[in-house]
Amino acid sequence: MSERASGTALLVDPAVVERVLGSALGRGGDFAEVFVEDRQAIGASLDDGRVEELSSGRDRGAGIRVVVGETTGYAHTADLSEKGLMLAAEAAAAVARESGGTRTVALTPSDPSRPYDVTILPEEVTKARKIELLARADDAARAAGSAVTQVSAGYGDSRRRILVANSDGVLVTDDQVRSRFSVSCVAVGDTGMQTGFESAAFTVGFELFDTVDVEEIADIAARRALAKLSARPAPSGEVPIVLASGSGGILFHEACGHGLEADHIAKDASVYVGQVGSQVASPLVTLVDDGTIAREWGTFAVDDEGRPAQRNVLIEDGILTDYMWDYLRARQEGRTSSGNGRRQSYRDLPMVRMTNTFLVDGDSDPAELLAQTPTGVYVAKLGGGQVNTTTGDFVFGTVEAYLIENGELTEPLRDANLIGNGPETLRRIDAVANDFATSPGTCGKDGQSVPVGTGQPTLRITGVTIGGTAGE
Amino acid sequence: MSDPVSDPVSDTATQGTAASVDELLRIATRVADQARPGEELEVYASRGVETDVRAYGGEIEQLASASSAGVGIRVVSDHRQGFAYAGTLDERAITETLAEARDNATFATPDEFLGLARPDDVPPASLDLWDDALSSLPTSAKVDMALELERRVRGGDPRVRQVDAADYGDMAAEAAIATSTGITATARRTICSLSVSAIAGEGTDSQTGVGFSAGRGPGDVDADHAAHDAIERATRMIGASKVKSGRCVVVLDSRVTSTLLSIISSALSGEAVTKGRSIFAGRIDEEVACPLVTLVDDPTDARAFGASTHDAEGLACRRNVLIDAGILRRFVFDTTSARRAGTASTASAVRGGYATTPTAGCRALLLAPGPLGADEILAHVGEGFFVQSVTGVHSGVNPVSGDFSVGAEGLMIRNGVLAEPVREGTIASTLQRMLQEIVHVGNDVEWLPGLAAGQTLAVDGMVLSGA
Repeated sequence: MSERASGTALLVDPAVVERVLGSALGRGGDFAEVFVEDRQAIGASLDDGRVEELSSGRDRGAGIRVVVGETTGYAHTADLSEKGLMLAAEAAAAVARESGGTRTVALTPSDPSRPYDVTILPEEVTKARKIELLARADDAARAAGSAVTQVSAGYGDSRRRILVANSDGVLVTDDQVRSRFSVSCVAVGDTGMQTGFESAAFTVGFELFDTVDVEEIADIAARRALAKLSARPAPSGEVPIVLASGSGGILFHEACGHGLEADHIAKDASVYVGQVGSQVASPLVTLVDDGTIAREWGTFAVDDEGRPAQRNVLIEDGILTDYMWDYLRARQEGRTSSGNGRRQSYRDLPMVRMTNTFLVDGDSDPAELLAQTPTGVYVAKLGGGQVNTTTGDFVFGTVEAYLIENGELTEPLRDANLIGNGPETLRRIDAVANDFATSPGTCGKDGQSVPVGTGQPTLRITGVTIGGTAGE
Repeated sequence: MSDPVSDPVSDTATQGTAASVDELLRIATRVADQARPGEELEVYASRGVETDVRAYGGEIEQLASASSAGVGIRVVSDHRQGFAYAGTLDERAITETLAEARDNATFATPDEFLGLARPDDVPPASLDLWDDALSSLPTSAKVDMALELERRVRGGDPRVRQVDAADYGDMAAEAAIATSTGITATARRTICSLSVSAIAGEGTDSQTGVGFSAGRGPGDVDADHAAHDAIERATRMIGASKVKSGRCVVVLDSRVTSTLLSIISSALSGEAVTKGRSIFAGRIDEEVACPLVTLVDDPTDARAFGASTHDAEGLACRRNVLIDAGILRRFVFDTTSARRAGTASTASAVRGGYATTPTAGCRALLLAPGPLGADEILAHVGEGFFVQSVTGVHSGVNPVSGDFSVGAEGLMIRNGVLAEPVREGTIASTLQRMLQEIVHVGNDVEWLPGLAAGQTLAVDGMVLSGA
């Protein structure tokens, strides 16, 4: 084991873990798992010109899962002593029906390759240096224009050390360090108030700020708010859409990502059921989910079920090639997990989740693509989104958008939601450029949030319904 | 691929070492008593026990029992605030957390308005938000409720194809707060709920509907209600298609109204207002809505899921009239935002648990009901669009600018009754305009989990976008 990994293994003695797993299966059961997590986080916020708060905390505990047939029992504890773990194991094993006993479990440690080596651990950086970033962002945002009336900036880092062990003998650890910085601004003009937001978030340490300029983040957020002061209401009805590079990977996250999660597939709750091998998108679409990309927000060495992260091609040239799998859904189909088993914390059961989901580059030149779009809406930045996987209907919101007239960007537009149907929208992609870029996001599913990456080059969709108020 | 598990759950009540709310208060007080001269300390200690059961295909898919506890410590010294938390009540961890919060405070910018709540002699309401029946309910009974819920939905209508989740959930939460400024308070509550997601269809068309029922204890939840709700919502959407875009009257289902009120509440937060991030900033005593709108936040109403005897800073909760017959009368304040605004706290501090600091927010919003029920409102409206559910609320509504644009599905209203289903639409307006164009407030108040009750609401002048 590497030095860092062995440090993580000390969260709980492997001999204790073996005994706990043996006890968890003492009443029968097909599979048992111990997930140990030690998460430290620090957050600092500046608002209204003041550093309002520095907050720090630690959450440490273990979750124990016992699978019996199609039934999963789960319990967790913040008590990492052998006694605490044994109590949780007993509670998780309540779904099994045999009388008490123990089974023997022997663990084999493995050390999966790490996608990235952190060079500056956040805990080794003084709080003062983190705070100083906030003041710089505040100055830069206010310098963007006198109409900027409010600036809030946030810094955050987290270190999440996990140990996963199961009755198949798996024993792995991971040490996930993430850093983020965000700025949001309010600008006031004759038409009222508008907001702008920008963030940088990566699975890296404090070296993030060697390559990310907080002044630039602040300036982008401020300019987004300022631009919308002169914005007109977005149109209503179906229009062609050009999505800027890195603006809207969330489109694929919602339009098909969730629908390709094997738990939805197993319950017929996805429009993509039975579609493997079928054309589900324009031939220009190749979609990949890849947890191994160094630095990206949804990256890790092993997932929260102990599987190494991997690169999974979901759609190739428009043909659906595979779904995403966690341990449980893979087991039901007699295959292996695709490294997509994730959970928010030790308090939660893992489920199928995306990592970094992106559309790969096409051949078009982004400037030509825009020039060849006579009318439509250019989306420079998308906000969040939501999908109903059963119907495939999804929405995503714009936070920076412009009208396209005669192949050029003209007026800025006020925020609006766009609504489409996943497979329909994917078939309507008629141009994909070669300027791939990513953006970070937080994905919520069944009450659990996890960091995910999204990404895509500039692309065009021939028709999406936009929910503005103009032109009725 | 495995044996069916017929009765896998033993009759043991929820596990966990029960720390009573008095123990939490002792812990909080012990730490708050360590305040140094010139320093204010606030200690929030909480603990929760939960059980979640998911039924699928006549079996238990998941059974999770969870108990968690933690402490959050706020330090104010030299007008600077620091905060730290730990997910444990372990004494050594709490000592480290206090030291960390003190250290964090040294990095903040001084703010003359910062400070902790002080006792204000308002007595707490007498509220019973705790159902003892929950703690004595065996796990097997909870499992049976989830299985029965699934059975009722699967057997409730031939068009139901799938029940992708039938869930029983309960929670018992206790919290205590103590400060060096003389506050000591405790609060506790239980919640018990059933929720179910149905997929119904004909031919290649599948539609979804979610139903639920919730209350303080197992006697308050109604599987029939939840099942019927899910089935009706899914089946009436079968055959839905897109509509032509246009401006129309929109009638919001009570759940959608609750969501709308939650959004509006963020603009009524004193925190947002004092920082210039609200459509209502500077508009006290002005007309912000039509006269049909009277909006009250009353956490002392035990029927509200957000009801509480105390706010998150330990002051007794009280009734606050926010909008009275269309006139904006009041914002909700915590201690710091109130001082910034030159007023007193409305006892409206809220917090997301031990790991976050308090802020100002609503807990129990209710629109004063009008004279008509849901069917009467449809009849009065005549032609329009009934919104069953909305999507993209967090991406499409901006409480600072007021821009409102969300995905919507529902049914057209023709000749005063519900007609053909509509999917893949959006409804758009601005929050300011919507408040002015409310034409009917229903009398069909439904208390819903979350911070606002729901009822049927009709809003004119909204743009429905489709094909």
